[in-house]
Amino acid sequence: MMTAILVAAGLALAFGLLLGIAAQWFHVEGNPLAEKIDALLPQTQCGQCGFPGCKPYAAAIAEGRADINQCPPGGDATIKNLADLLGVEPKPLNADNGTAKTVPMVAVIDEAVCIGCTKCIQACPVDAILGAAKQMHTVIAAECTGCELCIAPCPVDCIDMVPVAIGIEGFRFPYPQTQRVLLAPPLATPTPTVVDQPANAKLDELTRERIVTHG
Amino acid sequence: MSEYALILISTVLVNNFVLVKFLGLCPFFGVSKKIETAIGMSMATTFVLTLSAIASYLTEAFILEPLGLTYLRTIMFIVVIAVVVNFTEMVVRKTSPLLHNVLGIYLPLITTNCAVLGVALLNVQQAHNFMESALYGFGASLGFSLVLILFSALRERINVADVPQAFEGVPIALITAGLMALGFMGFAGMVKA
Repeated sequence: MMTAILVAAGLALAFGLLLGIAAQWFHVEGNPLAEKIDALLPQTQCGQCGFPGCKPYAAAIAEGRADINQCPPGGDATIKNLADLLGVEPKPLNADNGTAKTVPMVAVIDEAVCIGCTKCIQACPVDAILGAAKQMHTVIAAECTGCELCIAPCPVDCIDMVPVAIGIEGFRFPYPQTQRVLLAPPLATPTPTVVDQPANAKLDELTRERIVTHG
Repeated sequence: MSEYALILISTVLVNNFVLVKFLGLCPFFGVSKKIETAIGMSMATTFVLTLSAIASYLTEAFILEPLGLTYLRTIMFIVVIAVVVNFTEMVVRKTSPLLHNVLGIYLPLITTNCAVLGVALLNVQQAHNFMESALYGFGASLGFSLVLILFSALRERINVADVPQAFEGVPIALITAGLMALGFMGFAGMVKA
């Protein structure tokens, strides 16, 4: 009986000491919160949140000067991640900052109307539009990122954005998230331009994602 | 050497902890919604299971057994596991913040994974020596990782499949797990233990 108590108490004491020493030995300087928040933001630097970029917005959230629901490019996913990090309830996106696209979209060319001007081909940042001068164009749906950049140049307004239907045939495993988050900051620095339009912001994010995940 | 290989094969495939012994089902269903989290959980569990199998063997062989306190086994093992988990988290946070980010919340959660305690207790029950205990723990975690990652990949696909409404979500996941368990029974004839 006595040995049992002694052994249990002794072991607990030893383990406690071990953990205490380990806590000292392996002490880590606490990560500034702003950096963690910054890592969760999409790094579009679009300024739709009302701050000059993702980093200032992250700093503002960390200091409690801004709410977590002001990032349209990130959408609900980013709000949820921020809520998890900060231990608060997720809330819907603030409409003042813009709207998020909830479903992935893909461009579709109305081939009967297309005049073959090649303007959309030049506008497409991912070469997802196929065609030649005076020939009908079409969109390679698997390559289209839904950036909407081809809509404005089209002189006959024959390009529509339609939601992508995800079924069991079209299923693809999403690109690894961690990789993008880790690689985003160094890639983001060379292009600190502030872009106003949501379309461009979305494009910025998507192209970067492609660059990173495809090498 | 061959008995070590036998222990590994037996724990990974034949006596898989999740699908044959039905231990550790909570994380199996809890963190299998996305492959990334499943991989994080697998890595964390591999870490902790191997370490705690070794630590609990040492506790049993050098403290409980000589002093005749084997009836304290369960409670002491839980203490040991909790300490190992805590210690692992500290070490990982210091040495590899990247890995710590990936493992995240899953590291502390492993304390309550019953496969961890199960391995420690089964090691004692089957009178394993030091090397066998370590391999048993490592094999168990490999088996756990294998089925967890396979299962999460299946679930990601099933999410977009056209499933009858009554079976959407967890029910179809349970059925899938059952079918996987059936599949793993096919390994039963491979090794006569």
